[in-house]
Amino acid sequence: MQNLGINVLFKGSNMLRIAEGLFVTAKIAFISIAIGSLLGIVLGVIWTCKSKWIRLLCRIYLEAFRIIPILVWLFIFYFGITAELDIHLSGEITSVIVFTLWGIAEMGDIVRGALESLPKHQIESGKALGFNMRRLYLYILIPQAIRRMLPGVINLATRMVKTTSLVILIGVTDVIKVGQQIVELSRLEVPTASFWVYGFIFLLYFIICYPLSLLSKRLENKWIG
Amino acid sequence: MFNRVCQNDRGVKLMNLMKLNWQFIKDSLPLYREAAWITLKLAFWGILISLIIGLVSSLILYFKVKAVRNIIQVYIEISRNTPLIIQLFFLYFGLTKLGITLSENACAIIGLSFLGGSYMAESFRSGLEAVSKTQIESGLSIGLSKIQLVRYVILPQAFSISIPSIGANCIFLLKETSIVGAIAVVDLMNVTKDLIGMYYQTSEALFMLVAAYLIMILPLSLLLTWLERKVRYAEFGN
Repeated sequence: MQNLGINVLFKGSNMLRIAEGLFVTAKIAFISIAIGSLLGIVLGVIWTCKSKWIRLLCRIYLEAFRIIPILVWLFIFYFGITAELDIHLSGEITSVIVFTLWGIAEMGDIVRGALESLPKHQIESGKALGFNMRRLYLYILIPQAIRRMLPGVINLATRMVKTTSLVILIGVTDVIKVGQQIVELSRLEVPTASFWVYGFIFLLYFIICYPLSLLSKRLENKWIG
Repeated sequence: MFNRVCQNDRGVKLMNLMKLNWQFIKDSLPLYREAAWITLKLAFWGILISLIIGLVSSLILYFKVKAVRNIIQVYIEISRNTPLIIQLFFLYFGLTKLGITLSENACAIIGLSFLGGSYMAESFRSGLEAVSKTQIESGLSIGLSKIQLVRYVILPQAFSISIPSIGANCIFLLKETSIVGAIAVVDLMNVTKDLIGMYYQTSEALFMLVAAYLIMILPLSLLLTWLERKVRYAEFGN
């Protein structure tokens, strides 16, 4: 029976299962982006302080995530930390932890860059007007910095969504894993299933990430360029 | 009191480090060496091909070659907005069913080049666009042909401007090779996973994994910083 392979996508509850897998991916991405950006702002503010040691510490933290691939970090947390501390972490929790830590680091760098790019007289005028440190950041610096960092943040979010596809390698049943299961299941009836299923997931990622990167580019042209 | 606690803590840490099974690390060294070699080879070809793809597509975009321009633009958007792992799965598992069978190494190289090409294209393009109009006009006014203009005026300056982001892309691609383990390439990730699964020497295997990546990436990053400083000539004289 040589019917069209694309039908495999709509057979039974396959579409529903893919949606469920996508939901797992989206959940991991959303939680880590949300926590990562909030704590990243805190890190960025801390980063702008004058102490050399704190700056160095932040730098090392960021570089650790930049130099060592995220997949290696996932392995370290999933296999290493759990064995060392004798605890059990599910793949999902592990990936949320790793992506959050990564997000904090990258977000901190973006916030630091935005804060340092603000003209110095903003800080000085704020101080002259008698703002204390907390209010200076809360009402003057951060609102201005947000405009400058938004393109970078959206870009980071796109990268994080793309990188969440790695969680399949530490055993999370994400959208690709579901795709794999569907392919395995229908291997005999629909030999071309893998082409259609993986092609479809490919398309899904594109549909999610393309608007984000388009938005980031547009904001960059409008606000910075 | 605090000091003693700190010392104690450090002592425990040190003991943990000593606790690593060095014999096991020594025994597994050849495996890691081989895997690192494969990773480096894949990264080398991936970077080389993506540089070529990037250069060609950025020139096509820069000179607005009519017929292929849109195709290149679509390629760049698709490749930048999808994760490498699904690109690899599609190439390795999807295309075989249509009669195109690739070895896993070839697949990894194609995947890396497909991903890297668009990143390189963006880097080159930003460099090309940064070459000022006066440079091009002066070149034309002293009677350079179009090819000479590209070869002697535009490309050297564009290259110099885009080298930092090209360097960042090289490191990015080298890091992305960690994913090719998903399609059965015997790379560092797969070796690590096998060792953990077979011998339960988790700390040792992960230690070797991190060490291997540091050994590969740190020299590359230093080399690129050096290169960046070497080719900064476009900034001067502008």
